[in-house]
Amino acid sequence: MLQYDLVVVGGGPAGMAAALRARDFGIQNIIILERAETLGGILEQCIHTGFGLHYFGEELSGPEYAARFIELVEDQKIEYKTDTMVMDVTEDKVVTAINKEDGLLKIQAKAVILAMGCRERPRGALSIAGTRASGIMTAGTAQKYVNIDGYMPGRKIVILGSGDIGLIMARRMTLEGAEVKMVCELMPYSGGLTRNIVQCLDDFGIPLYLSTTVIATHGKDRLEGVTVAQVDDKLQPIPGTEKYVECDTLMLSVGLIPENELTRNIGISMDRITNGAVVNEMRETDCEGIFACGNVLHVHDLVDYVTIEAQIAGEGAAKYILNQQEQNVQYVHITAGNGVRYTVPQKVNIRSKDDIKVYFRVGQIYKNAKVVLTCGGKVVSSKKKIKLAPGEMENVIIPDEVLNSLSDTDQIVVEVEA
Amino acid sequence: MEKYMTCVACPLGCQLTVTLDGDEVISVTGNTCKRGDAYARTEISCPVRSLTTTVKCEGGIHPVVPVKSSVPIPKDKMMECMKIINSVTVQAPVSVGQVVIHNILGTDAHIVITNIN
Amino acid sequence: MVFDVVIIGAGVSGCMIARELSKYQLNIALLERASDVAMGASKANSGIVHAGFDAKPNTLKAKMNLRGNALMEQVCKDLSVPYKRNGSLVLAFSDEEMQTLQELYERGIANEVDGMSILNREQLLSIEPNIGDEAVGALRAETAGIVCPYSLTIAAAEVAVMNGVELKRNCEVTAIDFSDGIFTLHTTLGDVRSSFVINAAGCFADDVSRMIGDDSLHIVARRGEYYILDKSVGNLVTHTIFQCPSKMGKGILVAPTTHGNLLIGPSAIDIDDKDDVSTTSEGLKEVSSLALKSVPGATTRFAITSFSGNRAHDIKNDFTIEPSKVNDHFIHVAGIESPGLTGSPAVAELVAEILGSMIELKEKQEYVKTREKPFRYHQATDEERVAAIAKNPSYGRIVCRCESITEGEILDAIHAPAGALDVDGVKRRTRAGMGRCQGGFCGSKVVELLARELHTDVRNIKKCGGNSDILFDKSK
Repeated sequence: MLQYDLVVVGGGPAGMAAALRARDFGIQNIIILERAETLGGILEQCIHTGFGLHYFGEELSGPEYAARFIELVEDQKIEYKTDTMVMDVTEDKVVTAINKEDGLLKIQAKAVILAMGCRERPRGALSIAGTRASGIMTAGTAQKYVNIDGYMPGRKIVILGSGDIGLIMARRMTLEGAEVKMVCELMPYSGGLTRNIVQCLDDFGIPLYLSTTVIATHGKDRLEGVTVAQVDDKLQPIPGTEKYVECDTLMLSVGLIPENELTRNIGISMDRITNGAVVNEMRETDCEGIFACGNVLHVHDLVDYVTIEAQIAGEGAAKYILNQQEQNVQYVHITAGNGVRYTVPQKVNIRSKDDIKVYFRVGQIYKNAKVVLTCGGKVVSSKKKIKLAPGEMENVIIPDEVLNSLSDTDQIVVEVEA
Repeated sequence: MEKYMTCVACPLGCQLTVTLDGDEVISVTGNTCKRGDAYARTEISCPVRSLTTTVKCEGGIHPVVPVKSSVPIPKDKMMECMKIINSVTVQAPVSVGQVVIHNILGTDAHIVITNIN
Repeated sequence: MVFDVVIIGAGVSGCMIARELSKYQLNIALLERASDVAMGASKANSGIVHAGFDAKPNTLKAKMNLRGNALMEQVCKDLSVPYKRNGSLVLAFSDEEMQTLQELYERGIANEVDGMSILNREQLLSIEPNIGDEAVGALRAETAGIVCPYSLTIAAAEVAVMNGVELKRNCEVTAIDFSDGIFTLHTTLGDVRSSFVINAAGCFADDVSRMIGDDSLHIVARRGEYYILDKSVGNLVTHTIFQCPSKMGKGILVAPTTHGNLLIGPSAIDIDDKDDVSTTSEGLKEVSSLALKSVPGATTRFAITSFSGNRAHDIKNDFTIEPSKVNDHFIHVAGIESPGLTGSPAVAELVAEILGSMIELKEKQEYVKTREKPFRYHQATDEERVAAIAKNPSYGRIVCRCESITEGEILDAIHAPAGALDVDGVKRRTRAGMGRCQGGFCGSKVVELLARELHTDVRNIKKCGGNSDILFDKSK
C-alpha cells in the first residue's frame, strides 16, 4: 500500500488550493487524484470571464483561473494523477483509486481532503412528462460539447432553470448562432447572479419567464418542442397557461448537487440542506482527519470563495497531520435561523483562536433586510443589506473574543430580519 | 431623469441609480465601488462587454480553444466580432495570452487565447 | 438465400425464440424495426418473474407463467443475466381485498403454484417493515423473482447471434408475399425470404398478421408509466410489492430491481398510437400516489428517471401462440403482455415444439449454450479488478461515475455479438448513464467512444436510433 500524508480527492479549484495551502504549512507528501484528463475541474469548460475578481482582483476566464493554480501545483511539485478515479475512501483513510497505468491503487493517507465538486440535477429528478427524445441535456453537458468538443448540441433552444450555467449557456449558444427562445424559471426569482441576467439574457433580448416551467417534452426521436406553463405559489402548473414552444433542445440548469457518494460511504454526517458534509470551522467532517471543501461541501456562487474555503481545509488538514490542531475542542452548533437556509460551517469550536467567517444562503429575495448574528442570546452584529438573494452566498463574522466567551450550552444563530 | 441598472462589473450585481440631465450623467448611486460608477457612465454612453468564445484550433487535443477579448468591446459589435473570430484557425500548440486577432474591428481589443491546447 | 425461419420482432419473445431455435440446424433471421433489440415492452416493464397465481387456470398465460418461472433461474445463469428470487407480496388494504387474496391464493393452487401463503399484518411487517399503515395482510408467493428484462433480451440475442442467427436491426417489415411455399418479406432493408415466419411483433403483431390476410388478432397498446428511484431507497423493500389486481392488470407495484434501485409503476391506459411511449403528468402522478399507499417511503423525491412502455394487450386477454389459420407456416406469438417476460423461456420452447411438429429439428453439433459473464467493475473483487486492468487497461478508466462503468465495459458492449450502436444501446448493456446523473458526465464520452469504435463521425451517433441526433454542426 502506498503511503501519503495527504490525499486530495479532486483536482479542481478546491483540490488544488487545498493541496497548495497544506504545502505552505509544510506538508510534503501530498497527492491529488483527478478523474478528468487534466487538472482544473469544471473551470476548463467555463470559458466566460468573471472568475478571480475577489481573489486575484482581476477578471479571468475559467481556464485562466485554473491555470494559475495548475502552475503553482507544478511549481510546488505537488504530485498528482489525472484520469484517476477514486472509488472508495475508508474511515481509516485508505483511499482506493483506479487508472489505466497503475491499475488499482491503494493509498494509506494521514489526512484526506474531499474536493469532488458537484454535478447537475438531471431531468429525471424533475418528472417532466413526455418522450425520451434526444436533445434534452443539462446546460453543463451542452457547455462541454460547445466549448471543449466544438460541436453544437442544438439550434433552437429552451432553457429550463435560471441558474448561472443556464444563463451563461444562453449567451454562449446565441453567440454561436443558435436561437435561444426563452429561459423558464420555476421560482418567482432567478437562481443566478443578477449580472448574468443582464449580460447573458437582457443584452441579447432573451426573455426570462419567472414562475414558469416545462411540463412536457415532445418529439419521438429528436426533441421537437416543449410545453411550458406558469406555476402557482405552490409551484404547480396553472391549467390554461400551457404554451407549446418549438425547439430542438431543452437545456436544464435546475440545480447542482454535491457529489458525495464517497463521503456517504465513509459514514460521515451530512447536512440535509447543503447535501454536503457537516463540518467545523476548519472544514473537518465528523470523521477525524477527513476534510471537505468546495462544491462538494456546498454549492458556491463564486469560485473565489471555493478557493478561500479550500485554503481553510488545506490548513486544517496540515495542522491535523502535524498534530497542531486545537486540543481543547468544544463545539457549538450554528443555527440557520429565520430566512437562512444553511450555514457552513455548521459547528464551531468556541475555543478557536481566530475569527470565524460563517457562509450562508438565504431562502428568498430580501430587500433592505438585516443579517443578525446572535451568540449566547446576545446580538453580536446586525448588518443592513440592500439585497439578499438565494443565488448569492453571504457571510457573517464571529469574532474570536465572542466565541471564546461562549459556553457549549450557548447557541449561535444567523438570521434575516426583514 | 433617473435610470436604473444592474452593475455587471463584478458578480455582486449592485443595483445602480443613474441620474441624468439629458445625456449627461449627474450622479450614480447604489454602487459599492468605483467600478460601479464607471460602469454606469460607460453603460449610458457606450455599453461594452467582455467577449468570450472559442476559435478553431488544428493539431491540438481539442478542435477548439477558448479566447477572450483583452478589454471589453462595444456591445453592438459583438456579433460582428464573432464572425471574424469564426473565420480564424490557429495551429496547436497554443499558449495562454497568445493573441489571435489584433485590434478587432478597431475596438482596441485583442482576441487572446485563454487555455493551452 | 431463403431462411428456414424469420422471426419478426426482437423483443424478449423474439430473442428467446431465436436463442431456442438456434440450437437446431436452421438458417434463422431475426428482424427488428427499431435500432436495437428490446426496444418495445421488453425494455420498459416491471422486470418481474411472476409466481403464476394471476392468470386464469388453463389459459396459455397460466401455463407459460408456471413453466417460465421454473426455467428462468437456469436461463439467467446460462445467459449471465441478473436474476433474484425475491418473492412477492400482494397487499390487501381492506377485508374485501383480503377476500381477493384468498381468491388469488386458490387460483394459484389451481395453477399449481408452490410456496404461497396468506399473511396477516403482523406477519407482513415482520418481513417488510416499511409497508404502509393501511395494509391489513398480504398474499406471499415465494417463487416470484426479479430479472433485468432488457439484459435478458440482449443476452438472448447475443447467444442467438453467436449461434448463427442473423440479426437485422432497423429492419421494418412493410409487406409479406407468399408463393411456392416461400414467404417474401419486404423490409426497409430489402427483401427477406423464408420458409417459416414467426410473428413476435409485440404491439404490431396484428398489423404484421394482416400482411398475410390474417385479421384474427386485435392488439391494443396499453401504456404503463414508471419511476426509477435512487439506490439509496433500493432496499426499502426486498419483495415485489403488488396491490390487488384490477381488470387493467396487476396494479401499481413497488419492486426492487436487480441493479439495486426501486421501481414503482405501472399505470395502465390503452392508447391509440402504439409508438407513443411518452409519459404523462397524470400517469406519473397516479403512479407516485398509489405507490405511497404500499410503501410510504417510496416517494418520487428519490426519482432518478421516469419512463413508459406499451404492453401488447390482446383483447381476448390471453397469449396466442399457434400457427395462423391462413397459413400454418406463419406462427403467431402474440398478445404477449404480462407474464410475457416470465413466460419467455416457455414460449420459446412451445414455438420450437410447434415448428418441430411441421419440420424435423436437428440439433447442432456446436451449440454455444452459455454467455460469458461480462466484466463488471462494480461487481468484481479487487483481485479480479487488478487482473482485468492488467490484461486490458481500459478497465482502469471509469467513464460513468455514478454506476462505476469502465471504458472497457463500454467497448465490450459495442463489440458484443449484437453490440450497441447508439448511446442508449450502451446504456442498456452497461448501465453507463443509468445512475443519478443520468449521463450528464458520461454521455459525451460514450458518444466519442461509439464514434471511435464504429469508425464514424460523432455527428452520426444517435441517442436511440432513428433521427435522435445528439450533435449538429461543428461550432467552428
